[in-house]
Amino acid sequence: MTMTTRQAPGAKHTARQRTAERFARQAGTGAGALLAKIALLAVLDATAVFAVFTALVRDSILIAVVTGVLTLVINVVYFKRGWLPAKYLIPGTVFLLVFQVFVIGYTGYIAFTNYGSGHNSDKDDAVMSLLQATQQRVPDSAGVPARILADGDDLALLVEREGQLLWGTSESPLAPADPAELEGYTELGFADLLARQQEVTSLRVALSEDPAEGSLRTTDGRTAYPYTSTLIWDEAADTMTDTSTGTVYSDTGVGAFTAANGQQLMPGWSINVGFDNFTRAVSDPSIRTSLLSVTAWTFIFAFLSVATSFFLGLFLAIVFNDQRMRGRKIYRVLSILPYAFPAFLGGLVWAGMLNRDFGFVNQMLFGGTSIPWLTDPWLAKFSVLWVNLWLGFPYMFLVCTGALQSIPEELSEAAKLDGAGPLAIFRLIKLPLLLVSVAPLLISSFAFNFNNFNVIYMLTEGGPRLETSGLNVGATDILISMVYKVAFVGAQRDYGLASAFSIIIFVVVAIIGIISFKQTKALEDLN
Amino acid sequence: MSRLPLDALPEIDTPRIPPAKRRGFATWFASTGWRHLIGVALVIYAAFPLLYVLSASLNPNGTLLSSNGLFSTVGFDSYVRLFDNPQRPFAAWFGNTLFIGLTTAAASVFLGALAAYSFSRMRFRGRRFGLVSLLVVQIFPQLLAVVAIFILLTTLGDVFPALGIDNQLALIMVYLGGALGVNTYLMYGFFNTVPVEIDEAAKIDGAGHARIFFTIILRLVAPILAVVGLLSFIGTTSDFVIASVVLVSPENQTLAVGLYQYVSEEFTSNWSVFAAGAVLAALPVMALFLFLQKYIVGGLTAGSVK
Repeated sequence: MTMTTRQAPGAKHTARQRTAERFARQAGTGAGALLAKIALLAVLDATAVFAVFTALVRDSILIAVVTGVLTLVINVVYFKRGWLPAKYLIPGTVFLLVFQVFVIGYTGYIAFTNYGSGHNSDKDDAVMSLLQATQQRVPDSAGVPARILADGDDLALLVEREGQLLWGTSESPLAPADPAELEGYTELGFADLLARQQEVTSLRVALSEDPAEGSLRTTDGRTAYPYTSTLIWDEAADTMTDTSTGTVYSDTGVGAFTAANGQQLMPGWSINVGFDNFTRAVSDPSIRTSLLSVTAWTFIFAFLSVATSFFLGLFLAIVFNDQRMRGRKIYRVLSILPYAFPAFLGGLVWAGMLNRDFGFVNQMLFGGTSIPWLTDPWLAKFSVLWVNLWLGFPYMFLVCTGALQSIPEELSEAAKLDGAGPLAIFRLIKLPLLLVSVAPLLISSFAFNFNNFNVIYMLTEGGPRLETSGLNVGATDILISMVYKVAFVGAQRDYGLASAFSIIIFVVVAIIGIISFKQTKALEDLN
Repeated sequence: MSRLPLDALPEIDTPRIPPAKRRGFATWFASTGWRHLIGVALVIYAAFPLLYVLSASLNPNGTLLSSNGLFSTVGFDSYVRLFDNPQRPFAAWFGNTLFIGLTTAAASVFLGALAAYSFSRMRFRGRRFGLVSLLVVQIFPQLLAVVAIFILLTTLGDVFPALGIDNQLALIMVYLGGALGVNTYLMYGFFNTVPVEIDEAAKIDGAGHARIFFTIILRLVAPILAVVGLLSFIGTTSDFVIASVVLVSPENQTLAVGLYQYVSEEFTSNWSVFAAGAVLAALPVMALFLFLQKYIVGGLTAGSVK
């Protein structure tokens, strides 16, 4: 990166000027600023060293490397003479790269995995939790005398086996009891055992580091029994065998141990599934129909939201653009109120007013009828548009007023002299001029409403639910709320599929962006 | 680059045509009277829901049904009960929202101003590429990548708990990822309007780039800093998607997440308490907004046009 400060084009620095400039710069930078810079970098470096160390301890090589490289780059930039633009750009760029650029790319990656409920981590974790989750008491096994020790919230199990005292907790496996380690623990009495029964029965102490060996558990706090998994993990053959039924589950490459009859052991692990999420979205009828209807509604919702708020705003701007009218300012301020009201609250308040049984609209305006404003698919769509109009028209009102007032009066006066009536003046002169200046705003308003999550989710939560859909989506869901619901609402979370849906939104948003760049010529304006 | 001259808004009342004397009602109605009719309808549509929340919040122990009688009873019980519920710590939500919003706003302004300064005042290789990339990146709202953000924070949290799920610092850092894209462009345009001669005069007097930036430029561009800070504050405080995914435990949540859960869990019975919360949550934002309305709308327009 070479850098010159802004100057008259063509002017060249001579060596003397450069020297003079350097002197001036050094004279201008106080010792205090330099100290502050070194102090800040020292704090940053210390934090980074600690972070890298922690990451290495926890075996996160990737995080350690990324942290290290970023810190190194920051240090080089700030300690190297020159590279001034980089000094100013790097703080924001680091955040931009990690939390905007990287996560967009990462969304693309997740769309090609089966990440979600039951497929949350890697295969080793899945094996471990399967072996732990399927443990049962070894039939006819002998119990060993046990005592429960407690240190605050932490419970420990103390057993006597073959004359030796052994102890362990849910984290550390059974080991010979060392009096020094037991310091701080007290034995639970009968009353405590009853009070903390649930904690006691869920305490499981592994017999060794190998989960296949099983664990010790106690139901009464007096006797502990060995529990082993009903599954046997054969690492060489890559299979799980259920000892109670004899079924063999093997890794068939679908991210879970699968039996010959297709039955799967959960949890599985996350794997790369290629285009599965995308083909599923297109070929699975229950997903395809909901995806199609949601996509269509997203476009309709965004388009109608822009259209209704624009036309109401334009109409009001025209009505209140008459200078003979008094009190226009009051009307204007009062009508801006919904725009100032936080949108999420607007949705929640309207949800109360439109409530079928108790809401203000049905009770007071419609005389106690039960109109299902938010629970009938078509009325819910209408209500969403109605509330979004309430939230959005003030902006269009302001914008159109400004645009109308910026049209020179001379134009309409000239047209009047040529014999044009007020309607013709509006349709042929004012409206085209207005559209030219407002069009970019309409496009960005469309893009905003395309992802207008708050109004949908706060008002209807996307409902009423589509009955034909295999997913948890409803009649008023737009793409972004569908992504949210598939990924985060309900027991069955499917991050992979949700990310695949996100990709669709990215494509649409990119297209809108290209259109708006062409419209505003913003890219050509750069100098 | 067609910027709407909204600054002209408040002055439109000046060249008033003197009203004709002793007009009949019909002429008055035909010229301006009908406009007042529309105006009244407009005000009812716009302001009624707000009046309704205010009335509901003043209705002690009000359910959704009993809130329908507007201002039938007036009392502040609901406001007291709002702050008296450990399961739904409204005071904590309010504090969290302010903390997250103000921190994000201040940091966004600072990061954006640094970047805008370098783009506006320096010429370097990759400058045009940088500006174009910012313009392209900012069309993708962060909430589209909410799934990836969630998984990234879960992974980070395993290593550094301070950057994991349910941590406000992590949420602020996520928001800062969007700071450069949205704000730099807005600021860049404003920075360009400050004459370069001022920098050069300061440089001749011996000021370094940092001193020029902190003591001269930042003061001259104060209005755009206020606008960006305000937009960032409003955007952050009304975010639900990312905040609801990142913040899990009630005492860590923001108003948007907390009040949503309030409504979805005890919808009809505690309506007046929710309404009280809504009034308190909306007041600061609305006051700021109406106070700075002119700048915000101008900023919004400029931001979306450019």
